Amino acid sequence: MDRKDHKKKHTSHSVTAKREQVKERVTIRIDGKEIRTEAGKNLVQAARENGIFIPSLCYFEHIDPPLGTCRVCTCNVNGASGPACMEKVSDGMEVEVHTPELKNVRKAIVEMMFSEGNHFCPSCEKSGDCSLQHMGYEMGVYKSRFPHLFKDRLIDFNPKRFVIEHNRCVKCRRCVEEVLTNDGNRVFSFSNRGNETLVAIDYEQEAKLSEEQALEAMRICPTGAILVRGQAFARPFGTRKFDMKSVQKKDPFSNGKKKKKQNGRAKKTIATISLAGCFGCHMSMLDIDLELLDLVEFIEFNKSPINDIKEFTKHCDVGLIEGGCCNSENVEVLREFRKKCDLLVSVGECAIWGGLPAMRNTIPIGECLEEAYLNGITTETGEYTIPNSEDLPKILDQVYPCNEIVKIDYFIPGCPPDAHHIWKAVANLLWDEQYSVLYSEFKYD
Amino acid sequence: MNKETTEIRNPRTQLLDRLWEYQSAKSYISDEDVKALSTELDISQVEIEGVISFYHFFHRKPAGKFTIYLNNSILSQHKGFDRIREAFERETGALTGGIEPSGQFGLFETACIGLSDQEPAALINFYPFTNLNTLKVKSIISALKQGADPADICDPVPDNIRHTPSPDKTLIFRPYQPGNAVKFLRDHSPEEVISEIGKTKLPGMGGAFFPVARKWEICRNQPGDVKYIACNADEGEPGTFKDRVIMNALPGLMLEGMIISGYAVGAEEGIIYLRAEYKWMLTKLEKCIEQFRKMNLLGKNVGGVRGFNFDIRIQVGAGAYVCGEETAMLNSMEGKRGEPRAKRSYPVERGFLQKPTVVNNVESFCAAARVIELGAEHILRTGTKEFPGTKLISVSGDCYKPGIYEIEWGTTVKEVLGLCEAQDPFFIQVSGPSGICLSMKEVERKIQKDDVACCGSFMVFNKSRDILSILQNYSDFFKSESCGVCTPCRAGNFIIQRKLHRIELGLANKADFEEIREWGNIMGIASRCGLGKMATRTLLMAIEKFPEYFDGKIDQKREGLNLSFDMEAATAEYIKFSSS
Ligand SMILES: Cc1cc2nc3c(=O)[nH]c(=O)nc-3n(C[C@H](O)[C@H](O)[C@H](O)COP(=O)(O)O)c2cc1C
Ligand code: SF4
Ligand code: SF4
Ligand code: SF4
Ligand code: FES
Repeated sequence: MDRKDHKKKHTSHSVTAKREQVKERVTIRIDGKEIRTEAGKNLVQAARENGIFIPSLCYFEHIDPPLGTCRVCTCNVNGASGPACMEKVSDGMEVEVHTPELKNVRKAIVEMMFSEGNHFCPSCEKSGDCSLQHMGYEMGVYKSRFPHLFKDRLIDFNPKRFVIEHNRCVKCRRCVEEVLTNDGNRVFSFSNRGNETLVAIDYEQEAKLSEEQALEAMRICPTGAILVRGQAFARPFGTRKFDMKSVQKKDPFSNGKKKKKQNGRAKKTIATISLAGCFGCHMSMLDIDLELLDLVEFIEFNKSPINDIKEFTKHCDVGLIEGGCCNSENVEVLREFRKKCDLLVSVGECAIWGGLPAMRNTIPIGECLEEAYLNGITTETGEYTIPNSEDLPKILDQVYPCNEIVKIDYFIPGCPPDAHHIWKAVANLLWDEQYSVLYSEFKYD
Repeated sequence: MNKETTEIRNPRTQLLDRLWEYQSAKSYISDEDVKALSTELDISQVEIEGVISFYHFFHRKPAGKFTIYLNNSILSQHKGFDRIREAFERETGALTGGIEPSGQFGLFETACIGLSDQEPAALINFYPFTNLNTLKVKSIISALKQGADPADICDPVPDNIRHTPSPDKTLIFRPYQPGNAVKFLRDHSPEEVISEIGKTKLPGMGGAFFPVARKWEICRNQPGDVKYIACNADEGEPGTFKDRVIMNALPGLMLEGMIISGYAVGAEEGIIYLRAEYKWMLTKLEKCIEQFRKMNLLGKNVGGVRGFNFDIRIQVGAGAYVCGEETAMLNSMEGKRGEPRAKRSYPVERGFLQKPTVVNNVESFCAAARVIELGAEHILRTGTKEFPGTKLISVSGDCYKPGIYEIEWGTTVKEVLGLCEAQDPFFIQVSGPSGICLSMKEVERKIQKDDVACCGSFMVFNKSRDILSILQNYSDFFKSESCGVCTPCRAGNFIIQRKLHRIELGLANKADFEEIREWGNIMGIASRCGLGKMATRTLLMAIEKFPEYFDGKIDQKREGLNLSFDMEAATAEYIKFSSS
């Protein structure tokens, strides 16, 4: 759609609103359930109004035709798969939303977005207000099944008013279609193609936006890609849109089973380790307050920083791994854990996919080393060399997630994961106890 | 004329042409050019940049007085691509992907350029140079250095029409007399034209096999006076070159098909979307159009039919495989990024400039013209009862007679292999990387819509060709040709490429193959257009059809808890840096 169409579209809002007054009622079926709604209504919207949650990211009520870019809303409509947001409701429509296959497809697409971009939620201004993150929670994405691609992208600090964080953009196209100057000129446009596609900003046009228009651009961006300088943290964490409550009637992580605590717990052995992590996950493990006393009775720690046992003295039931592998020693230790533990759990983002240390993955290791040891602001020219003693572990070209080195049985997301989330998971693994993880306990940041 | 009115209304549709003017004049589009266009068309610079950066023949930095595009398709790879690339680098001094310091030569890789029967091949300033070898490269470059014009020293491109059925059954490559088909319009109504074509069940030849008559009929029934005929001459599917041969041998037949279509649906303007790789045929095509105007086969009262006005123009693309997808093509014709549209309606309802538009492949138009010329009865005597007519296939790869084969529908794969004198065939790729692969167990299968639905490309690979490297070449192709609009294709192709690399390194286990299968299916279900939907089809098929080969690719030692990890490779960089 070109600029002229846009102008038309924007001025004709009220007209269409009036015209829509005569609405035909129709019946459609979603997963077998009959729904009465208005003909021509967007399917995602119609489903939502009837308490059926169809995930969506690029869909935005007042962009018509819808963008249909993200594919997170993929459903079956009258037997053919396609994005629900592109469908207008018509009488007799048969829709499938919650088949195992479709759920899997939608979840995979959200995972793909995490793998494709570089999403370091703990350091993201949008965390808690981010629709991508939110979809991850709603779908129970605890890890991406896809390898993270760690593509190097720049952050654009040139705009006067914005910072454009290309690593986080999911190419939903909302900003391209919706952010226009008063003259009707576009401020954003897709640039390049394929996996090089990025959303470029026009510096000239950007300067013409009012403060409100700029804030609106940040607001409609479903991720933390568009930031308005000085405004990114305006809303404090803990009070953000998706912080505490699911939009679904049923909490996505509730397994529907009643909490069940075993009385006759057998004593179990646990080993823990921090590889390329910050010990934050270990701090979180200790953060369960009084329940810690409870656990000491039933759990014996073997190799672990918690009790400072350096070597395995026996086979363990569970190994909790914090951190990914950034050097050769991490790899060896992890392999040893695999041999000595029945189950391995990746605890936290770093173990799951690299996490914050993986920020270096987009940069060649040579550059990282030179910056750290030769050209850093605290190093004096000629003073230092890159350490290369035989005794030192060798640094890997990338920070690797643990499950690329050994088989990992379970994953607990978070940076760090909530203490209760960790222990609920562990208690479930050790004694088959049932707990529901609360929405507020399931976090990536 | 209709053309002028629409175009004056919408200068935006000329953007591609305007960009070509700048690009051709000085081998790139400068900041000033972008600014000038932005002011002139009153659109943001970033939008123009967006269009430029979508097409890979547009450059924002000088691309050399002589810009060389070397084809990197799998066929070229098998015929010595690496050697030729090195030769070009050596002779010109340019490294692939850039220009040499003096700015005289620029060397770039590009996807299939439609010369698969004469690989390795390259375009220099969009003139074809075929059957390259290192000596030939040397002499071409030295001639250019001495001032030769690529237009003068380029290679003639033979049509290589290797096979046609018996004369009465040959439909496309039979003698051609301009105006013979259009004549029919004088005393037949549009409905009669459509019904005549309908009788032959003529399918579209560009990939989807949608009945031509049905498409025209729907378009005819759309309300509105302004309708368009668009001829898809983007032929980007690697290994396809039938449209090239048609346009070279029978350009008039294609024009007649478009004229007939215009008459049938009530359109006054036809547009040929010609891929830039075929720019060397542009003059010829324009001459043909001019000749048609002189013969009153284009213009007012075409062919003596009172009130039937129709004209044709050519829109040159700018390098993007996805622009062959019809809605992407329409966007591109409108001067936009060639992204497929999100489908809510079909081009016959909302096409070029949102007007009803018939999009058909070059061959479809030709076949339609022959139906009208020869009559449906004649066509029904060819092919099979269910699938009457003939099909052009472009045969390439490991065979003695690469070229164009006009075959009747229902011909077996084995017959084609025999005709082209395939050498020790082992892996056959039908309809290009987006199509299907066949093993030798399937050679009795028939080439027809419900069996081996070949839309043009037929590549033969012998036993010495490594299947994985073929698949990797496809994967690279899809990754770089994805338009980037939808997640499963944009990210998925990148992810699959990584996975294949893992297999290449010998690190893959059974789970990796399971994942490829699952992920490929997800891309198929969720992608917006055929590119993403089909991108993993061959890969999944190959894993099914060549199990012995892939068993050999599984790391047998490490099936279990500790996975394969190449520590040596992962620490190599560090060792290099820390010991220097
Ligand atoms: C990625 C992609 C590339 C395509 N490339 C071409 C092409 O180069 N030429 C073509 O005629 N059709 C191509 N098609 C098919 C067109 O979308 C469309 O179906 C065709 O032009 C319709 O004409 P037909 O009915 O005569 O076949 C392509 C489709 C896809 C999804
Ligand atoms: S909060 Fe959203 S945009 Fe920010 S890093 Fe996390 S997923 Fe990405
Ligand atoms: S910058 Fe934001 S709004 Fe724009 S395409 Fe990217 S994710 Fe969407
Ligand atoms: S499937 Fe690929 S080429 Fe097609 S619209 Fe999506 S990203 Fe673009
Ligand atoms: S919400 Fe439907 S495709 Fe994005």
